[in-house]
Amino acid sequence: MSADRPIGEDELHAYLDGVLDEGRQAAVRRYLDARPEERARLAAYRRQGEALREALAPVADQPLPAELNLNAIVERRRTTLAARRRVAAAAAILCIGGLSGWFGRAAVAPPARGIDALGREAVDNHAVYASDTLRPVELASDQRATLIRWVSERLDAPVQAPDLQGAGYRFLGGRLVTTPNGPAALFVYEGASADRLTVMVRPMQIDRNRSMSERSYGTLEGVTWSKDGLGFSVVAPRASTDLRPVAEQVRRQASFS
Amino acid sequence: MTDMGQLIEPVIPGLRRYANALVRDPAEADDLVQDCLERAVARWGQRRADGDTRSWLYAILHNLAVNRWRTLRRRGVMAPLEAVDPGSLSVAPAQEHGLARADVLRALDRLPDEYRGVILLVTVEALSYAEAARVLGVPLGTVMSRLSRGRARLASALADDAPVRSHLRRVK
Repeated sequence: MSADRPIGEDELHAYLDGVLDEGRQAAVRRYLDARPEERARLAAYRRQGEALREALAPVADQPLPAELNLNAIVERRRTTLAARRRVAAAAAILCIGGLSGWFGRAAVAPPARGIDALGREAVDNHAVYASDTLRPVELASDQRATLIRWVSERLDAPVQAPDLQGAGYRFLGGRLVTTPNGPAALFVYEGASADRLTVMVRPMQIDRNRSMSERSYGTLEGVTWSKDGLGFSVVAPRASTDLRPVAEQVRRQASFS
Repeated sequence: MTDMGQLIEPVIPGLRRYANALVRDPAEADDLVQDCLERAVARWGQRRADGDTRSWLYAILHNLAVNRWRTLRRRGVMAPLEAVDPGSLSVAPAQEHGLARADVLRALDRLPDEYRGVILLVTVEALSYAEAARVLGVPLGTVMSRLSRGRARLASALADDAPVRSHLRRVK
């Protein structure tokens, strides 16, 4: 009789889980009838299973959140794939464009070195440093001589920090700044209403002698010129002052140096 | 889609239940299920045609959960089990009869991952031993031995808890 075959632990679990071969069920029942402690053990397993099912049942009964809607997931994937294909196509076009742009760069984009570049650089530096309330300058007005020596040496040109008291601007100090065309000296001034004005000076490779021109850049305004290979740009917020006379003062003082 | 939807959608509630039991954070669990469904949709064409969708889905989810644990544990941000708010488990307060739901989940949490997966898949998700073996990527014999040891450990964890509970009840 098959009941004589020893009962395995696996069979007890299979019995518990209702997957034991029909032919072995009677044998397991007889086995358990004879062993109260084993019966108690299986009863405990059965209880823990019931408790687990009961504890976790609410999750499966909840309505599905929108992000688990399969149709939405399929749809999202479709649009993502389509978008990815578009991105890939766009990237291919950009790549072609980028390569031809790179090889054609000399033809379409002359290097920004001249007086227009100077104006742009001055505005950029003004935007960064003039708005700095804590440390607009690296060397303050009381170190004027050190500042002048430093920037003149780095620019390899005699640079003066103009005195703009007459125009109502107090000298705060200055610093060396970077431009795509090498170092430049930036001098920062403050007006009566704490408005800031900057004067930037750098050597010019091209446009070495250009007359004064005015230009606005968003909220800022700049007057730019060059003389004997040195470029100047005076920048201030638009309408804070009439820049022309200030620029004239800078130019006059520079030609005396 | 209809074919895929008919096979996947009925399994989603069970996947949520399994994910919740494993990670014990409803938002995290739903993230895992969403991740699982996205993968299932993306790999629908790659599954074995004769394969069983249900165990295939549980396997994807299980592997995502395991990776998630590894990441969390590497980062050391796994919340201690005691810190888990019982209210977040959508579980009724301790009952006087049978096993309290919170107790059984707490005891389950204390089991090593390898036992938890087997017990949940077989007992709660009603997968066959062979399906559980596929989900976990282990031989059938391993499923059986883990099931046996896991149930024994869960029972003793629950037995250890019982005196503490009655003691607390006496005190209050």
